[in-house]
Amino acid sequence: MKTITLSHGSGGILMHDLIKDLFIKNLDNPFLNKLGDAAFIKSEAKKLAYTTDSFVIKPLFFPGGDIGKLSVCGTVNDLAVSGAMPKYLSCGMILEDGFSYASLEKITISIRDTCKAAGVNIVTGDFKVVEKGAIDGIFINTSGIGEVFKNQEIAISRIKPGDKIIISGTIGDHAASILLAREELKFKARISSDCSPLNKFVSSIICRGIKFMRDPTRGGLATTLNEISLASGYNIAIEEKNIPIKKSVRALCEILGFDPLYMANEGKLIAIVSKDYAGSILSKMKKHSLGKNARIIGVVGKEKDKRVYLKTQSGGLRILDMITGEQFPRIC
Amino acid sequence: MKYIDEFRNLDIAKKLYRLINKEAKDLCQVNFMEVCGTHTMAVERFGIRRLLPENVRLISGPGCPVCVTPKNYIDKAIALAAIDDIIVFSFGDMLKVPGTDSSLLKQRPSGKVKIVYSAMDAAMFAENNKDKKIVFLGIGFETTVPTVAASIKYAKKKRLKNFFVYSGHKIMPPAMKLLAGDERVNIKGFLCPAHVSAIIGIKSYNEISRKYNIPCVIAGFEPLDILQSILMLVRQVKLNMAKVENQYNRVVKAQGNVKALHLIDEVFSVNDSEWRGIGVILKSGLILKKSYADFDAEKNIDFPYIKTSVDKGCICGSVLKGIKTPLDCKLFSKKCNPSNPHGACMVSSEGTCAAYYRYRK
Repeated sequence: MKTITLSHGSGGILMHDLIKDLFIKNLDNPFLNKLGDAAFIKSEAKKLAYTTDSFVIKPLFFPGGDIGKLSVCGTVNDLAVSGAMPKYLSCGMILEDGFSYASLEKITISIRDTCKAAGVNIVTGDFKVVEKGAIDGIFINTSGIGEVFKNQEIAISRIKPGDKIIISGTIGDHAASILLAREELKFKARISSDCSPLNKFVSSIICRGIKFMRDPTRGGLATTLNEISLASGYNIAIEEKNIPIKKSVRALCEILGFDPLYMANEGKLIAIVSKDYAGSILSKMKKHSLGKNARIIGVVGKEKDKRVYLKTQSGGLRILDMITGEQFPRIC
Repeated sequence: MKYIDEFRNLDIAKKLYRLINKEAKDLCQVNFMEVCGTHTMAVERFGIRRLLPENVRLISGPGCPVCVTPKNYIDKAIALAAIDDIIVFSFGDMLKVPGTDSSLLKQRPSGKVKIVYSAMDAAMFAENNKDKKIVFLGIGFETTVPTVAASIKYAKKKRLKNFFVYSGHKIMPPAMKLLAGDERVNIKGFLCPAHVSAIIGIKSYNEISRKYNIPCVIAGFEPLDILQSILMLVRQVKLNMAKVENQYNRVVKAQGNVKALHLIDEVFSVNDSEWRGIGVILKSGLILKKSYADFDAEKNIDFPYIKTSVDKGCICGSVLKGIKTPLDCKLFSKKCNPSNPHGACMVSSEGTCAAYYRYRK
């Protein structure tokens, strides 16, 4: 099996060939191809958004995606929900000595395909190899620059009582997919991650009526709503019966005692929208493939207790707290 | 989803809330205990507590197995994971429960603490990795014990020399009797565990209802099950009755699960056992029988000496009995909080103390 060794990271011919044969070949674009110490980029935009994210997921490949796709989506989505059109990405990889070349190629091709889908370029990069055992396989960091949409202000300070809360689709798919792909729990079901770049979806819906957006990744819908409630100062009330959840994800959660409200998503966004625009924004979302299951799930309240309330399917009322650590299967 | 959505039906739930309110109208303050941890979870998850009339209060019982596992057990499990050729396998929710200085969760990055969904997965891992010693943390009540017993029988059949169970198993009725038997106890009814009852049947509760004059209703885990069971308890209190009723009769049979009971009896025998926050309860624990001693972690592995700190001042037992509230406890919210829990009532995120802490914030 062809593997990546410490020599590939040493700056010699091996590294040169790897960059040329793998990275330049696949990620091909005029910025990266120059192989300069820095990429020179231009922008007409008055305001830029800049973000970074690191990816250490296990397993590296899972139904619906892999670490490559995830590393592009993560950064693209952070820019998109901030109200910016992502343009330029950097990509830094740290690999463990002995990592399979075929896997690296698969990951690189996945980065290429996701960049294409999102309409962004990797314009600069870095590649390091560390001793065996120093890391687990491969870690990737990406950062991204996006051009902020003109005349659109996405700001938590715009949130006011009465605003509606929209979720763009089914929740928990990514976390459920990873849970099954780890194969620690012997379930035969296959659930696909929702991992996808959201920027084109966002540009199809962006308007004045959207006050704030966030992608509910780690910690899921409940944690993100708590962050929004804390930062805006208002309480939030959502209705369980309106929250879209795939049957397979729900069944898995029922068996394991997991709460899908706290499970990670990688291709969903929460939008806080002014109530007069909620209907039209929802129908715009539904026209896009990434928003076809979008639903209005709740409303921003008047109270300033900074809490998130869930009205349950059977009529009860529950406070949705921030999660403490990760969820585990319960014995009871 | 079939078998779930029909038991969460809003219209029926509303009817039940109305009936509970109507029937409880003239009652004084009544405390009902939901004995089982899964009931506590469900009550919290479906937001049931807030919709009950003010005079009907639910108290969380000792039926969360990981919460009542003593600190010393967790300290020992952590120490086991530090031994070179041992890998510790556990149910997931054990990992967060704190010992004296650490938790299994903090030890997990070493790769020597693994989560399984069934004890059989651990036994099979042992079969495929004979160079390692596998210790399964046997935690849980009558519901999980038969599955652990089955894994031990499997290990015997396969003549595994590297599979051991560290038994912290407990049984429910002695704890309920202890709570019911305290003359200061302020519990007017038990919501009896669903799945434990599916194994042990209904006769164990007869003694509790007769001897201590406390109504018992075996309740399912869905919101409508719980609401209907609360209504049944309210009606018994109103009529001054104390009998055992089986709301969860779609699963729980009078004689229980005879096959599972035989399995428990074949592999385990009863001993005294310590419950976190409550103390030692006579004949409330299970240890491996002599005929299965080869798989008993405590008999085959040299446990390192562990010093477990003692939680002085914890009044978890009285909170569980409804005699005291968390506010009466000197440790509450100071020394004892969700990040550093002492008794079982704070360990469980839905325990009485944890709930008090959360809603007082």
